[in-house]
Amino acid sequence: MNTFAELIIVFIILLNLVLAVSGSLSVCIRLAAIQGVAAGLLPLMAVGGMRGRAMAFAGFIILLKGVVFPWLMFRAREKTGARRDVDPLIGYPASIMLCLGAFAASSWLGSRLPLPHSGVAFIIPASLATIFTGFLLITTRAKAITQVLGYLVIENGIYIFGLALFVEQPLMVELAILLDVFVAVFVMGIAIFQISREFDHIDTDQMAELTDWHRPEDAKW
Amino acid sequence: MVTLLLTLPLIAGLAAFIIEDDALRRRLLLGASAGHSALTAALFLARIQPRSACISAPAGEWFGLDALGLIFLGITSVLFLGAAVYAVCYLELEKRNPGEEAEEGFIFNNAPEAVFTGCLLLFLAAMTAVTASRNLGILWASVEATTLLSAPLIYFHRHKRSLEATWKYLLICSVGIALALMGNLFLGAAGLKTGFGLNLDALLSGAQQLDKPLLKAAFLFLFVGYGTKMGLAPFHTWLPDAHSEAPSVVSALLSGALLNCAFLGILRAIQICSGAGLADFTGGILTLFGLLSLITSGLFILGQRDYKRLLAYSSIEHMGIMALGTGLGGGAVYGALLNAIGHSLSKAGLFFTSGLILAAYKTKRISEVKGLLGRAPRTAALWLTGFFLITGTPPSGIFLGKFLILKAAVASGKYLVTGVYLVFLGIVFAGLARIFIDMSFGVRDGAAPEEKPFVEPAGMIWPVCIFFACVLTLGFYVPAWLETLLNSAQALIRKGP
Amino acid sequence: MEIIKPLLQYLAVLVLSPLLLGIINRVKAFFAGRRGQPLLQLYFDLYKLSYKTPVYSRTTTWLFRAGPIIGLSAILCALAALPFAGRPGFLAFDGDFIFLIYLLALGRFFTVLAALDTGSSFEGMGASREVQFAVFAEPAFFLALAALSKATGKQSLADMFLALEPASWQAAAPALLLLTAALFILLLAENSRVPVDDPNTHLELTMVHEVMVLDHSGPDLAYILYGAALKLWFFGALIASSVLPRHSGSWFYDGAAFLGMMAVLAGAIGAVESIMGRLRLIKVPYLLMGALVFSILALLFQTGR
Repeated sequence: MNTFAELIIVFIILLNLVLAVSGSLSVCIRLAAIQGVAAGLLPLMAVGGMRGRAMAFAGFIILLKGVVFPWLMFRAREKTGARRDVDPLIGYPASIMLCLGAFAASSWLGSRLPLPHSGVAFIIPASLATIFTGFLLITTRAKAITQVLGYLVIENGIYIFGLALFVEQPLMVELAILLDVFVAVFVMGIAIFQISREFDHIDTDQMAELTDWHRPEDAKW
Repeated sequence: MVTLLLTLPLIAGLAAFIIEDDALRRRLLLGASAGHSALTAALFLARIQPRSACISAPAGEWFGLDALGLIFLGITSVLFLGAAVYAVCYLELEKRNPGEEAEEGFIFNNAPEAVFTGCLLLFLAAMTAVTASRNLGILWASVEATTLLSAPLIYFHRHKRSLEATWKYLLICSVGIALALMGNLFLGAAGLKTGFGLNLDALLSGAQQLDKPLLKAAFLFLFVGYGTKMGLAPFHTWLPDAHSEAPSVVSALLSGALLNCAFLGILRAIQICSGAGLADFTGGILTLFGLLSLITSGLFILGQRDYKRLLAYSSIEHMGIMALGTGLGGGAVYGALLNAIGHSLSKAGLFFTSGLILAAYKTKRISEVKGLLGRAPRTAALWLTGFFLITGTPPSGIFLGKFLILKAAVASGKYLVTGVYLVFLGIVFAGLARIFIDMSFGVRDGAAPEEKPFVEPAGMIWPVCIFFACVLTLGFYVPAWLETLLNSAQALIRKGP
Repeated sequence: MEIIKPLLQYLAVLVLSPLLLGIINRVKAFFAGRRGQPLLQLYFDLYKLSYKTPVYSRTTTWLFRAGPIIGLSAILCALAALPFAGRPGFLAFDGDFIFLIYLLALGRFFTVLAALDTGSSFEGMGASREVQFAVFAEPAFFLALAALSKATGKQSLADMFLALEPASWQAAAPALLLLTAALFILLLAENSRVPVDDPNTHLELTMVHEVMVLDHSGPDLAYILYGAALKLWFFGALIASSVLPRHSGSWFYDGAAFLGMMAVLAGAIGAVESIMGRLRLIKVPYLLMGALVFSILALLFQTGR
């Protein structure tokens, strides 16, 4: 069981690398969904994890992250007609090296923090690296949908981190977290639809009207 | 009682979505906010004894009100009552005049009033939950809920700029709150051996047993997460956009109530850290970021072109001062809390007044607003009063708060902090003074000589007057019950091991 | 007794390596629906080239004649140190994997020099591409072998593969999987297989390896072709040894299993060549960077234990 959990962790790390360099929106959405499902499977691999409550919760997470969120994203994509690709702004070599550097840094950090040692190795570095990949997605992609995807990937990482620390969490808090994420994604989806209607595109790097940095020729004191 | 406090706005908000009649819905808004304020007043009255630590609620260990929560709940409730009165008049005005964006000259729609009113009431429910929560997980979920519920409020005027502001707000605040979740997880890990979970009372009583490095990591993440929501530099980038593009009612609530709720999240973390003996660590971080916010807001106020953005940067400045005060410790914490009360009331009044200016001039550009005294004298009087109150000119209540912080800074020997603090307070005053005076005096360009003065609806003036009166009174006289409440709150924050 | 077995192993490698290319070509032909070349085609080609007279251009120097010879000697030396079915070769010693990497680099260096020596722009283009790929391929190779060394705790290649039990696969599964994947990508890159380089192309502008050796003829070309076959065996042996963890203890059965694995691997390469298309030249460094990332991850996974 432990080896299988480790393999899932390695798989999640590899998914991070592919997410960092992938240039196609539908591929990114599917990868984020697969990552969410893999993260949802992890607690079942823990010691004594096959209990009823854990299985129900894992099923719920897999449903939410593997079915509902991608469906919302794909719907947003269709409604906004965003068919173009989302190549990273910083290029393939920089992205993949940043992601790898993040993993190395998280491994070092994980060894320094006195966190409770779970049976599965690399779970702390994997979670921190996933959070970093989410940040990378938000900052290096220009489309609003990919930014929401980055937020989802950050939530994946935080979920794995939570798994690393505890085996037991109060059910209500877990559910509250999931509900918040779901509503957040839902609201963001609505916002994206509004953006596409208003701007005819969803390139967030072109939404730069509100700013305090004015050019001298604009000065109208 | 606390359960009633939470469910009243919740049910009213859900009902507001369904109600078709505008007049009935507005009455519901007024009634719900009045009821909420009445319940809050009752809670204040019930809390005469200064020694009682917490009023436990029938909801068990999740909700309860200590002195700190009560202060912020009071501010929120009073603010919301004024906002409800203002909103009723505002919605009526909006319904009669089509929206016209003066900068670019295009016409825009507004969101349906039901959505606006419903989200407003649910927003109140979420903020009440933040102030009343005794479980840090519930606090986190409530803060996230406020983000999600306030996004439609910001997007009331449906046009490009508000959409851009809403998107930035949604994304940055959600990511910040996700980091705060990491902080919660670290906090849970710090208390893993003791099995405290995220219950605030348990964590406070057993703070000594928490693991120190993990607690430090938890504080850092919670600070960054809730600090983003509070508007501390350098996480403040969403604040000027969101607070300037939202309707004035919403801006007032965001600046006056929501930023305080985010600050409450940080304060809870500080409580736990102080209990564990990490007061110096947290104090240093707070002082640093408080000064940074002060510097940033001062620099951006100087060249400001949009008066609502100006007010937003002033909010950032005051959040910085509050963080600085809390970081310095001692009497400065009392000053920070006093500043919180004064800032919320005056900033709300100022935002309401800016709404009146917007209705009169139809533009947000400072360069195009001149001669306010001539065109709308009552508004101009309120505008100038608000300026003096918010910059801390005595006898403003904010002056007292800022002075206490100054006193503590000098007393603790932190002369560099004091120097930066004074210099940038001066810069902010100068920047604000120039702009406010420019706007109020002078002759308006291209004004027709027979133009009637602008008549402000009574419902929009009275809340401002009452708020400003409260802040003025605070400068002269702090009522005894408020003083004891502030003292107990201060004791809660800096209670050592 | 200890000299006979390694000698037999070495001879087997020398004799059997051209067969790998035959298997690959046969598999590709099968996918294309043809019968394809005979399995022993490379032997016939080598024999044919050995009795032809080489032609040397007037612009070339001794480097041009030395290139193929040094390349072949380098790979022959490397094979002497390579373990066969987990048994050590002649030259096995601690740290021999670093020696092997440098030998391969030496061979590559002289091939590139010989290509530049011709003064033709085609060979120069091929040389620059080869070296550009080597920038990523060599660190990936080194780190993959370093990760393997860390996973098994030994410094000699033969010891490493001997120590590789099914239990070690279970304990270090992620690292071993990643480094096997990295080694496979490197095999495709170093031996000019699709998707890095198409061995059957006749357009010089699309070539990487073949264009470097465009001007060699006669026995020199025979040396180069034979050296390429030996290099393919080299990389294949590394992969086969890391995938085959069971050691039954009998030299005969182990050897047979190893040879069978090499044949399967050749078939797999043929299948990959037929299924995948050749990558655009700009994307090849990305593929090699992927291999480098795999190796680094494998090493990180091993050091983090």
